[in-house]
Amino acid sequence: MKNASKVLYPGRWKGLVIFIVLIALLPIVVTTQYVFTLLILLGIYSIITIGLSLLIGYAGQISIGHAAFYGIGAYMSAVLTTKFNMSAWLAIILGMMTTFLIAYFVGVRVLKLKGHILALATIAINIIVYTILNGWTEMTGGALGLGGIPKLNFLGIDLGNQVNFYYFVWIIVTLVIIFSGNLIRSNVGRILRSIHDSETGIEALGIQVSKYKVLIFAISATYASLAGSLYAHYIQFISPSTFNVPFSILLLVMVMVGGVHSIWGAMIGTVAITFLNEGIRYISHNYLHVSGEVEIIVYGFVIVVMMIFMPNGIVSLFDRFQKRNKEHESDSGLDLKPVDVKGGA
Amino acid sequence: MDLFMQYLITGLTIGSVYALLAVGFVTIYNVTGVLNLAQGEFAMLGALISVTFVQAGLSIYISIPLAIVCTALIGFLVERLAINPVKGAKPGILIVITLGVSIFLKGVALLIWGTAPKSLPPLFENKPVQILGAVVNTQSLWIFLILAIHLVALYWFFDKTFLGSALRASERNAHAATLMGINVKNMSAIAFSIAAALGALAGAMIAPLTDATYDMGFFIGIKGFVAMVFGGMHSIQGAVAGGLLLGMIEAFSGGYVSTYYTDAIAFGFLLFVLFIRPQGLFTKAEGTHV
Repeated sequence: MKNASKVLYPGRWKGLVIFIVLIALLPIVVTTQYVFTLLILLGIYSIITIGLSLLIGYAGQISIGHAAFYGIGAYMSAVLTTKFNMSAWLAIILGMMTTFLIAYFVGVRVLKLKGHILALATIAINIIVYTILNGWTEMTGGALGLGGIPKLNFLGIDLGNQVNFYYFVWIIVTLVIIFSGNLIRSNVGRILRSIHDSETGIEALGIQVSKYKVLIFAISATYASLAGSLYAHYIQFISPSTFNVPFSILLLVMVMVGGVHSIWGAMIGTVAITFLNEGIRYISHNYLHVSGEVEIIVYGFVIVVMMIFMPNGIVSLFDRFQKRNKEHESDSGLDLKPVDVKGGA
Repeated sequence: MDLFMQYLITGLTIGSVYALLAVGFVTIYNVTGVLNLAQGEFAMLGALISVTFVQAGLSIYISIPLAIVCTALIGFLVERLAINPVKGAKPGILIVITLGVSIFLKGVALLIWGTAPKSLPPLFENKPVQILGAVVNTQSLWIFLILAIHLVALYWFFDKTFLGSALRASERNAHAATLMGINVKNMSAIAFSIAAALGALAGAMIAPLTDATYDMGFFIGIKGFVAMVFGGMHSIQGAVAGGLLLGMIEAFSGGYVSTYYTDAIAFGFLLFVLFIRPQGLFTKAEGTHV
């Protein structure tokens, strides 16, 4: 049994330790305000993409609508703190609970759909939430947005401070990684993985697949809600356009480019896509003197090329490297190669 | 009653444009199994290329066909360069690739045409006509006419020509079609070209009514997708009915409820349809192979 779990789940503590050391040391190296802001946003985005990788990579369900849940979280925090003077922490938790419930009840119906249709249904959810955020002006301030959201304060530590907030966000990311890791290793995780491989197969074993799919959908939506609240308290101003379909597409692309089969893939994708976008924007505006969002040409091109030549994402490079190292030692008799299931619905 | 007619005509006009896009979706989806989320960008390209030709001094009757040919060529290239290399990949990967193509085409359009909206002159002098108390743009009438002509042409193409039958055969059973000597790979490229041409036509039709911009593509494409789902993914007639239905939902909800919530109502209706009849409004139920 020990051997089997070793093959199924590569050791996670090594990666986590490297990650924590990296996070702890980065503020010493990075001094520019601009890069620091980016690092904080990266943390916030990572929370969502980790959730999405659970949904896409493990449960095999697609979503182009997570910006909606991100938006619900952000607006719950913003509205409850500015209009009802509620404690920011209570608002975050209320936001997460609301999102979980919404995602759960919507998910019960939506996750009966598959493949392309599921993608469309999630786009529809995103558009509906976006129009409501835009149209419900008394609450959300409509297209003008909502400002004056207070900074966070944790037991006397001022999280308005960039460095403090940086550590705070990344500690949450670490907790999210550990929680998700545990989830994957639990029996829920094994069921999710088998849903990804053959939904009919696992159903034939007497497991009610839909329950788990909906559960993971709601959990990933809750992550997005948490990220939204953090974003609202960090930027202190939100407007509906942040939470529209293009952001959902960006999130999906991050997860797919990084590699859906591991949580680290989601994080690598988030970092890679964010820096790619910022880099191209910087070069095109400062050296080529073109205005507007022209960076999307390179961005679109990279997505297509990546998906053609590296459909398992950047993280597959690491896997290939590790496999080469392992070939000498492991001969446990357990040949559990990941099987690539073609087709699906 | 006047208002009702007005909304009806507006809905049918915009619905016809969705219908053209939806037919493109159906063609690609059924022949290649790919859901082309870049379909709306073809409409954008069709509109903007037409504008460029008109500005270069060509007559609009030459500009639009030329633009359609150019866009069809782009559709062909998209299939060869981006879709063909990943034949048989999982839906997730295909979705992301077509999204990438969509973003890329949008970026190219931004670089060429900039952000300023461009307008295209209508096909004929645009004078409003009164029909049953509703004021109708002549452009709307032309859109109906063109949609009708195309439906007949497509019917003839798919049912009566060899190429059309070959396309349908590769949809039904790609393997058997290959054994019959049909080059399924080429069929896929042809499907993309046809869909791109239909998209370009839709774009050129809608451009005189709403201005053409580089970022008009994605949402209009999604509307085409919705129309296709209403029609049940597989039939051209269903897609057309779905397009007209979607156009009318938008027009009536905009007129009687609130223009703020048009999209919410249209997509809410979509979710409703998906929940009760995921196989589409105009089809029979079907099963899946295990």
